[in-house]
Amino acid sequence: MRLDVILRIATKIFLPFIFMFAIYVQLHGDFGPGGGFQAGVILAAGVVLYTITFGERKAKEYFPEKLFEIMIPVGVLIFLLTGLYSLIHGYNFLDYTAISHHGTHGQHLGVLIIEMGVLITVSGSMVTIFYNFINRD
Amino acid sequence: MILLTLMAIVVIGIIRFKNLFNVIILGSIYSFLMASILLVLDAVDVALTEASVGAGISTVLMLSALYLTKRNENPITHNQIWPLLIALITGALLVFGTYGMPEFGIINTPMHNHVGGEYLARSISDTGIENVVTSVLASYRGFDTLGEVTVIFTAAIGIIAILKKTKTKVK
Repeated sequence: MRLDVILRIATKIFLPFIFMFAIYVQLHGDFGPGGGFQAGVILAAGVVLYTITFGERKAKEYFPEKLFEIMIPVGVLIFLLTGLYSLIHGYNFLDYTAISHHGTHGQHLGVLIIEMGVLITVSGSMVTIFYNFINRD
Repeated sequence: MILLTLMAIVVIGIIRFKNLFNVIILGSIYSFLMASILLVLDAVDVALTEASVGAGISTVLMLSALYLTKRNENPITHNQIWPLLIALITGALLVFGTYGMPEFGIINTPMHNHVGGEYLARSISDTGIENVVTSVLASYRGFDTLGEVTVIFTAAIGIIAILKKTKTKVK
Protein backbone atom coordinates (compact mmCIF):
# COMPACT_ATOMS: atom_id res chain seq x y z
CA MET A 1 0.00 0.00 0.00
CA ARG A 2 2.33 2.69 1.23
CA LEU A 3 5.92 2.78 2.36
CA ASP A 4 5.12 2.16 6.00
CA VAL A 5 4.89 -1.63 5.66
CA ILE A 6 7.74 -2.20 8.08
CA LEU A 7 6.13 0.11 10.59
CA ARG A 8 2.78 -1.65 10.38
CA ILE A 9 4.23 -5.14 10.61
CA ALA A 10 6.48 -4.13 13.51
CA THR A 11 3.52 -2.61 15.33
CA LYS A 12 1.50 -5.77 14.83
CA ILE A 13 4.33 -7.88 16.23
CA PHE A 14 5.09 -5.58 19.14
CA LEU A 15 1.58 -4.82 20.30
CA PRO A 16 0.77 -8.12 22.06
CA PHE A 17 4.08 -7.93 23.88
CA ILE A 18 3.41 -4.37 25.01
CA PHE A 19 0.01 -5.34 26.42
CA MET A 20 1.49 -8.47 27.97
CA PHE A 21 4.23 -6.40 29.59
CA ALA A 22 1.60 -4.02 30.96
CA ILE A 23 -0.26 -6.92 32.55
CA TYR A 24 3.00 -8.31 33.91
CA VAL A 25 3.96 -4.96 35.45
CA GLN A 26 0.47 -4.70 36.91
CA LEU A 27 0.30 -8.14 38.51
CA HIS A 28 3.95 -8.34 39.46
CA GLY A 29 3.86 -5.07 41.38
CA ASP A 30 3.81 -6.98 44.68
CA PHE A 31 7.19 -8.58 44.03
CA GLY A 32 9.12 -6.33 41.68
CA PRO A 33 9.02 -2.80 40.38
CA GLY A 34 5.71 -1.75 38.96
CA GLY A 35 2.11 -1.14 39.80
CA GLY A 36 -1.04 0.43 38.50
CA PHE A 37 0.47 3.72 37.36
CA GLN A 38 3.23 2.22 35.25
CA ALA A 39 1.03 -0.54 33.83
CA GLY A 40 -1.68 1.96 32.92
CA VAL A 41 0.78 4.13 31.07
CA ILE A 42 2.30 1.18 29.21
CA LEU A 43 -1.18 0.02 28.22
CA ALA A 44 -2.02 3.51 26.97
CA ALA A 45 1.30 3.60 25.07
CA GLY A 46 0.26 0.46 23.20
CA VAL A 47 -3.02 2.08 22.15
CA VAL A 48 -1.18 5.26 21.13
CA LEU A 49 1.28 3.24 19.02
CA TYR A 50 -1.61 1.50 17.27
CA THR A 51 -3.36 4.82 16.62
CA ILE A 52 -0.21 6.41 15.19
CA THR A 53 0.46 3.54 12.81
CA PHE A 54 -3.01 2.54 11.65
CA GLY A 55 -4.84 5.83 11.84
CA GLU A 56 -7.54 7.20 14.05
CA ARG A 57 -10.56 5.55 12.45
CA LYS A 58 -9.28 2.00 12.65
CA ALA A 59 -7.98 2.49 16.17
CA LYS A 60 -11.35 3.66 17.43
CA GLU A 61 -12.92 0.49 16.09
CA TYR A 62 -10.83 -1.65 18.42
CA PHE A 63 -10.28 0.85 21.23
CA PRO A 64 -13.52 2.86 21.33
CA GLU A 65 -13.21 6.34 22.76
CA LYS A 66 -16.34 5.93 24.87
CA LEU A 67 -14.88 2.93 26.68
CA PHE A 68 -11.79 4.83 27.79
CA GLU A 69 -13.88 7.80 28.84
CA ILE A 70 -15.96 5.55 31.06
CA MET A 71 -12.81 3.95 32.48
CA ILE A 72 -11.67 7.26 34.03
CA PRO A 73 -14.36 7.49 36.74
CA VAL A 74 -14.72 3.70 37.09
CA GLY A 75 -11.16 3.33 38.40
CA VAL A 76 -11.62 6.05 41.00
CA LEU A 77 -14.91 4.44 42.03
CA ILE A 78 -13.28 1.02 42.47
CA PHE A 79 -10.68 2.63 44.72
CA LEU A 80 -13.27 4.56 46.74
CA LEU A 81 -15.65 1.63 47.10
CA THR A 82 -12.82 -0.57 48.39
CA GLY A 83 -12.22 2.05 51.05
CA LEU A 84 -15.91 2.31 51.86
CA TYR A 85 -16.23 -1.48 52.02
CA SER A 86 -13.76 -1.68 54.89
CA LEU A 87 -15.40 1.36 56.47
CA ILE A 88 -18.81 -0.35 56.43
CA HIS A 89 -17.36 -3.51 57.96
CA GLY A 90 -16.06 -1.58 60.93
CA TYR A 91 -12.45 -1.05 59.92
CA ASN A 92 -10.48 2.05 59.03
CA PHE A 93 -10.87 3.56 55.58
CA LEU A 94 -8.83 1.45 53.12
CA ASP A 95 -7.90 -1.13 55.77
CA TYR A 96 -7.80 -4.27 53.64
CA THR A 97 -8.09 -6.65 56.59
CA ALA A 98 -11.83 -6.26 56.09
CA ILE A 99 -11.70 -8.16 52.80
CA SER A 100 -10.22 -11.36 54.19
CA HIS A 101 -9.01 -12.33 57.66
CA HIS A 102 -6.66 -15.02 56.42
CA GLY A 103 -3.39 -13.53 57.64
CA THR A 104 -2.05 -11.21 55.01
CA HIS A 105 -4.48 -12.48 52.40
CA GLY A 106 -6.74 -9.45 52.70
CA GLN A 107 -3.82 -7.10 52.17
CA HIS A 108 -2.85 -8.92 48.98
CA LEU A 109 -6.38 -8.82 47.63
CA GLY A 110 -6.92 -5.20 48.62
CA VAL A 111 -3.70 -4.07 46.97
CA LEU A 112 -4.60 -6.03 43.84
CA ILE A 113 -8.05 -4.42 43.67
CA ILE A 114 -6.91 -0.85 44.17
CA GLU A 115 -4.00 -1.31 41.73
CA MET A 116 -6.63 -2.42 39.24
CA GLY A 117 -8.53 0.80 39.92
CA VAL A 118 -5.36 2.84 39.39
CA LEU A 119 -4.65 1.00 36.12
CA ILE A 120 -8.15 1.64 34.80
CA THR A 121 -8.11 5.35 35.63
CA VAL A 122 -4.57 5.98 34.38
CA SER A 123 -4.91 4.16 31.06
CA GLY A 124 -8.36 5.65 30.50
CA SER A 125 -7.10 9.18 31.16
CA MET A 126 -3.99 8.86 29.00
CA VAL A 127 -5.83 7.44 26.00
CA THR A 128 -8.67 9.96 26.35
CA ILE A 129 -6.24 12.88 26.51
CA PHE A 130 -4.45 11.55 23.43
CA TYR A 131 -7.70 11.04 21.50
CA ASN A 132 -8.88 14.53 22.42
CA PHE A 133 -5.65 16.06 21.13
CA ILE A 134 -5.75 14.27 17.80
CA ASN A 135 -9.46 15.01 17.37
CA ARG A 136 -8.69 18.72 17.23
CA ASP A 137 -7.42 19.21 13.75
CA MET B 1 28.75 11.48 36.56
CA ILE B 2 28.67 10.79 32.83
CA LEU B 3 24.88 10.70 32.96
CA LEU B 4 24.72 14.00 34.82
CA THR B 5 27.07 15.60 32.26
CA LEU B 6 24.90 14.31 29.43
CA MET B 7 21.84 15.74 31.19
CA ALA B 8 23.52 19.14 31.42
CA ILE B 9 24.33 19.00 27.69
CA VAL B 10 20.72 18.10 26.89
CA VAL B 11 19.45 21.02 28.99
CA ILE B 12 21.73 23.43 27.11
CA GLY B 13 20.33 21.99 23.89
CA ILE B 14 16.77 22.53 25.11
CA ILE B 15 17.57 26.18 25.84
CA ARG B 16 19.35 26.79 22.52
CA PHE B 17 16.91 25.14 20.10
CA LYS B 18 14.09 27.24 18.69
CA ASN B 19 12.32 24.35 16.99
CA LEU B 20 9.82 22.95 19.48
CA PHE B 21 9.94 19.47 17.95
CA ASN B 22 13.64 19.23 18.81
CA VAL B 23 12.93 20.51 22.29
CA ILE B 24 10.32 17.79 22.93
CA ILE B 25 12.61 15.04 21.68
CA LEU B 26 15.44 16.38 23.85
CA GLY B 27 13.02 16.44 26.79
CA SER B 28 12.35 12.77 26.15
CA ILE B 29 16.09 12.04 26.11
CA TYR B 30 16.42 13.98 29.37
CA SER B 31 13.75 11.77 30.94
CA PHE B 32 15.55 8.63 29.79
CA LEU B 33 18.81 9.86 31.30
CA MET B 34 16.94 10.65 34.51
CA ALA B 35 15.52 7.12 34.50
CA SER B 36 19.04 5.73 34.09
CA ILE B 37 20.26 7.79 37.05
CA LEU B 38 17.36 6.53 39.19
CA LEU B 39 18.27 3.00 38.11
CA VAL B 40 21.86 3.58 39.24
CA LEU B 41 20.49 4.83 42.58
CA ASP B 42 18.54 1.53 42.95
CA ALA B 43 15.14 3.25 42.76
CA VAL B 44 13.73 0.82 40.21
CA ASP B 45 10.08 1.72 40.74
CA VAL B 46 10.72 5.40 40.15
CA ALA B 47 12.96 4.62 37.17
CA LEU B 48 10.19 2.57 35.55
CA THR B 49 7.71 5.39 36.13
CA GLU B 50 10.10 8.00 34.76
CA ALA B 51 10.81 5.93 31.66
CA SER B 52 7.18 5.16 30.90
CA VAL B 53 5.54 8.44 31.94
CA GLY B 54 8.31 11.00 31.40
CA ALA B 55 9.97 9.63 28.30
CA GLY B 56 7.07 7.72 26.80
CA ILE B 57 3.56 9.03 27.16
CA SER B 58 4.30 12.67 28.02
CA THR B 59 6.45 12.98 24.88
CA VAL B 60 3.55 11.67 22.80
CA LEU B 61 1.12 14.05 24.49
CA MET B 62 3.51 16.98 23.98
CA LEU B 63 3.87 16.09 20.30
CA SER B 64 0.11 15.92 19.88
CA ALA B 65 -0.15 19.29 21.64
CA LEU B 66 2.51 20.62 19.26
CA TYR B 67 0.28 19.44 16.42
CA LEU B 68 -2.26 22.04 17.56
CA THR B 69 0.20 24.95 17.71
CA LYS B 70 3.11 26.34 15.71
CA ARG B 71 6.38 24.49 15.26
CA ASN B 72 8.74 27.28 16.21
CA GLU B 73 9.22 29.39 19.26
CA ASN B 74 8.32 33.08 18.97
CA PRO B 75 11.36 35.39 18.82
CA ILE B 76 12.06 37.05 22.14
CA THR B 77 11.05 40.71 22.17
CA HIS B 78 11.05 41.74 25.83
CA ASN B 79 13.95 42.60 28.10
CA GLN B 80 15.85 39.57 29.34
CA ILE B 81 17.74 41.18 32.22
CA TRP B 82 15.07 40.75 34.92
CA PRO B 83 14.31 37.06 34.24
CA LEU B 84 18.06 36.36 34.31
CA LEU B 85 18.41 38.21 37.60
CA ILE B 86 15.50 36.31 39.18
CA ALA B 87 16.88 32.98 37.95
CA LEU B 88 20.35 33.81 39.34
CA ILE B 89 18.95 34.85 42.73
CA THR B 90 16.76 31.73 42.98
CA GLY B 91 19.68 29.53 41.97
CA ALA B 92 21.96 31.18 44.53
CA LEU B 93 19.33 30.69 47.24
CA LEU B 94 18.97 27.00 46.34
CA VAL B 95 22.75 26.48 46.43
CA PHE B 96 22.83 28.32 49.77
CA GLY B 97 20.07 25.99 50.99
CA THR B 98 22.10 22.88 50.17
CA TYR B 99 24.71 23.94 52.76
CA GLY B 100 22.08 23.35 55.45
CA MET B 101 21.54 19.76 54.33
CA PRO B 102 23.15 16.80 56.11
CA GLU B 103 26.16 15.23 54.44
CA PHE B 104 25.44 12.90 51.54
CA GLY B 105 24.88 9.28 52.53
CA ILE B 106 24.93 9.91 56.28
CA ILE B 107 22.68 7.54 58.22
CA ASN B 108 21.23 9.43 61.19
CA THR B 109 19.23 12.05 59.36
CA PRO B 110 15.57 12.76 60.15
CA MET B 111 14.67 11.10 56.85
CA HIS B 112 16.05 7.75 57.97
CA ASN B 113 14.84 7.89 61.56
CA HIS B 114 11.18 8.53 60.88
CA VAL B 115 8.63 5.91 59.74
CA GLY B 116 10.84 4.57 56.93
CA GLY B 117 12.64 1.99 59.04
CA GLU B 118 9.39 0.91 60.63
CA TYR B 119 7.87 0.21 57.20
CA LEU B 120 10.95 -1.72 56.09
CA ALA B 121 10.86 -3.86 59.21
CA ARG B 122 7.13 -4.51 59.33
CA SER B 123 6.12 -4.68 55.67
CA ILE B 124 6.42 -8.44 55.18
CA SER B 125 4.78 -9.48 58.44
CA ASP B 126 2.02 -6.87 58.08
CA THR B 127 1.12 -7.18 54.44
CA GLY B 128 3.08 -10.11 53.01
CA ILE B 129 4.07 -7.93 50.06
CA GLU B 130 7.72 -8.26 49.16
CA ASN B 131 8.09 -4.97 47.34
CA VAL B 132 8.07 -2.38 50.11
CA VAL B 133 7.37 0.42 47.62
CA THR B 134 4.08 -1.23 46.69
CA SER B 135 3.10 -1.94 50.28
CA VAL B 136 3.78 1.66 51.28
CA LEU B 137 2.04 3.04 48.21
CA ALA B 138 -1.04 0.87 48.28
CA SER B 139 -1.46 -0.13 51.91
CA TYR B 140 0.22 2.18 54.43
CA ARG B 141 -0.34 5.24 52.30
CA GLY B 142 -3.43 4.11 50.43
CA PHE B 143 -5.17 7.38 51.06
CA ASP B 144 -2.39 9.32 49.31
CA THR B 145 -2.65 7.04 46.31
CA LEU B 146 -6.38 7.67 46.20
CA GLY B 147 -5.52 11.37 46.06
CA GLU B 148 -3.11 10.77 43.18
CA VAL B 149 -5.71 8.85 41.22
CA THR B 150 -8.16 11.68 41.83
CA VAL B 151 -5.59 14.15 40.47
CA ILE B 152 -5.27 12.13 37.25
CA PHE B 153 -9.05 11.87 37.07
CA THR B 154 -9.37 15.65 37.44
CA ALA B 155 -6.70 16.29 34.81
CA ALA B 156 -8.43 14.06 32.29
CA ILE B 157 -11.84 15.60 32.98
CA GLY B 158 -10.34 19.09 32.59
CA ILE B 159 -8.77 18.23 29.25
CA ILE B 160 -12.03 16.69 28.03
CA ALA B 161 -13.87 19.85 29.09
CA ILE B 162 -11.43 22.06 27.18
CA LEU B 163 -10.78 20.04 24.03
CA LYS B 164 -13.87 17.92 23.46
CA LYS B 165 -15.74 18.77 20.30
CA THR B 166 -19.37 19.26 21.19
CA LYS B 167 -22.05 18.43 18.71
CA THR B 168 -24.11 21.56 19.24
CA LYS B 169 -25.12 23.32 16.07
CA VAL B 170 -23.61 26.70 15.31
CA LYS B 171 -26.32 29.24 14.64
